[in-house]
Amino acid sequence: MDAIRARGITKCFGDVVALDDIDLDVAQGQIHGLVGPNGAGKTTLLGLLLGLAVADSGSLHTLGRPVGRALAAPDGVAGFVDGPGLYPSLTARQNLAALAALRGHDVRTAGIADVLDQVGLTDVADDRVRGFSLGMRQRLGLGAALLTKPRLIVLDEPANGLDPAGKRHVHGVLTRLAREGTSVVLSSHHMDDVEALCSEVTILATGRVVFSGPLNKLAAENRELDYRLLTSHPQSARRLAADTAGIRVVDGTEARHDAEVLVVRTLVPALDELVVRLVQSGIALRELAPVVSPLEAAYLALTEQQEDGR
Amino acid sequence: MTVGTADISVAGARRVSVARGYRFELVKLVSQWRIRLLVLACWIAPAVFVTGVSQQSTLPSDTLFGRWMLATGWAAPLVLLGFAGTWALPLLTSVVAGDVFASEDRLGTWRHLLVAVRSPRRIFVAKALASLTVILLLVAGLALSGTVGGLLAVGNQPLVGLDGHLLAPSDAAAKVLLAWVCVLAPTLALAAIGLLGSVALGRSPMGLLLPALVALAMQLAQMLPLPVAVRLALPGYGFLAWNGLFTSPVQLGPLLIGIVVSLVWAVLATALAHVLFLRRDFTNPVYDGSARRALTVGLLPLVGLTALTVAALAVATPSTGSGIEQAKVQRSLASAFAHLYRLQTRQLHRPAVTEAQLRTTAACTKSDGQAAQEGAGNDWRCVVTWHLPGVAVAGTAIYQLDIGPDGRFVADGDGPKEVNGYFLLRTSTGDSPNPLWQFDGNVELLATTSKG
Repeated sequence: MDAIRARGITKCFGDVVALDDIDLDVAQGQIHGLVGPNGAGKTTLLGLLLGLAVADSGSLHTLGRPVGRALAAPDGVAGFVDGPGLYPSLTARQNLAALAALRGHDVRTAGIADVLDQVGLTDVADDRVRGFSLGMRQRLGLGAALLTKPRLIVLDEPANGLDPAGKRHVHGVLTRLAREGTSVVLSSHHMDDVEALCSEVTILATGRVVFSGPLNKLAAENRELDYRLLTSHPQSARRLAADTAGIRVVDGTEARHDAEVLVVRTLVPALDELVVRLVQSGIALRELAPVVSPLEAAYLALTEQQEDGR
Repeated sequence: MTVGTADISVAGARRVSVARGYRFELVKLVSQWRIRLLVLACWIAPAVFVTGVSQQSTLPSDTLFGRWMLATGWAAPLVLLGFAGTWALPLLTSVVAGDVFASEDRLGTWRHLLVAVRSPRRIFVAKALASLTVILLLVAGLALSGTVGGLLAVGNQPLVGLDGHLLAPSDAAAKVLLAWVCVLAPTLALAAIGLLGSVALGRSPMGLLLPALVALAMQLAQMLPLPVAVRLALPGYGFLAWNGLFTSPVQLGPLLIGIVVSLVWAVLATALAHVLFLRRDFTNPVYDGSARRALTVGLLPLVGLTALTVAALAVATPSTGSGIEQAKVQRSLASAFAHLYRLQTRQLHRPAVTEAQLRTTAACTKSDGQAAQEGAGNDWRCVVTWHLPGVAVAGTAIYQLDIGPDGRFVADGDGPKEVNGYFLLRTSTGDSPNPLWQFDGNVELLATTSKG
């Protein structure tokens, strides 16, 4: 059973078509990324999943059941859009306790301390949220979602404002949840987060799906990428790259400022060939990474195509 | 969501009960420092004020019952009630009800709340009930604090009513309680207007100010020489109608009309707020209300209600003018004078007389008879005549009356000074001014009244 199955979802606000015939499938236990430029319809789609709005047409099933036309979050679904809803006059613990009481849970047994620990806010549990940073609010928002023990979590930009430690915390929590069978749908502008967390991704542009599927499929379908190489002999490596078929040495990038770094534009097979030749020539390869992630490159290419096609 | 299919089942959306939503809203309200401050102020400040006044020789005699604050502790909650109706209650309802929905807009928490509660209807009910609870807590604080402060600082003595008759402490207690209960009706109307403003205007500060502005407008209207039907059709009249409880007989007609009109406003404004709330777009995080919708759904029905009420009252009540007519003024003044004359007689340790023996009458003219003998103004001049047993000559005294458009008047003694001049009388609670020197009274605006 899919956690989400959407077919032909369309949502308009007046004359603006926010979502145009959207299909979406998210399997149980999957972390699914939703990316797209501002105004692509990500938040609208997440709002539909949370029951904050009703689509104009199409069908939407969450956790195997059809979503009704009433403005209400389906059972087992939790999360937030446009930032977590928290009350600044309450402490972190009070926010969660009020929410637990609202759900009819016994505050003493609702696992508030455990949730605070999971999101790394135990030390500030009794501080008023008024003084929290954006990252701390995001983590508390995630905690509020966890409190309901959901089977589907919907998160809008959960990594906003997170420092590296906070990000690691959140990633750890989401990965564990997915391992335990909870599905996660998150939107983000941070491609590295999406790549680190998500097994599948949907790219939206101007309310339409321009790609949906596994990340590796996206990379394979992609065109040439820029790769950054750090070698033991930069000049020799540069010559070798220039002599390799299908490889183009790129100037005018950040590498220009660092003579030690070589940037090449190529497809994966040609890159493999270059690596073999470097090693055979006795040149040590110390670092190899795409300048722009495959997801980001694909995202840029696909959304630009969409923009051009309008 | 299969659009166009009639028999769609909702995906197991278990909604939060109103009781839990109500507790949630209460927790949020009470966690706000301004609400805590208001509660503290309402439960402490009146007692401090009353205690302070009891130590002064100057009394707030321009406020109803203010001149009796040193005579009995029961005057204090009534002085506070007059002040509360003018200032405190509109401001309190503004801060509480006027912000209860707008605060979610400001904090951007609507989506969170909808996801948690899963029913806009229940959110509305929970918020309305929570704000009502806090308002009632504040009103109870004002009433209790003022009463306890008055009784502790001054004592549990009889209260002089608005027609001069004495109310025993137990009667005074019951009527003070009833007066505060009656004022809950216009307070509810203002609270409902606050809810309406909060829903209709979103984050706009106008939503917060709406109850205070409406109350101010109503007060201004009550100061104008409006026909009785219009005056009574406005919910602000409910803040004045309790005055009729302190006359004998009780001026029940205006009181009931004031309460009913206020409650109808409360119900209609709440219903309109509910309709607007259910129609709002929760997907827009920067919603600031729809001016056109606020006007058509929020304002026009209330204007219509006012017009209907005016028409109904004009038909149902015989009074169409100001309601302040010469005969009624004379009757009110004579009645108040007779009661207070008996009080003065007791304070002077003279033989007791009854109202029947006094046969008090008053002859009043406005503007020396040059203008129409009706309406508010400070140009009423009256000659009061009374009789004493065994005395052939009738006594007379002159009074200048300042009558407000709401019927309340202040009678100022203009001689003879032995009767209504300023002098102190020794009473059981200390020296007090001659009760016939200056006193408050009330002209019933409607032509008829029930015997109470």
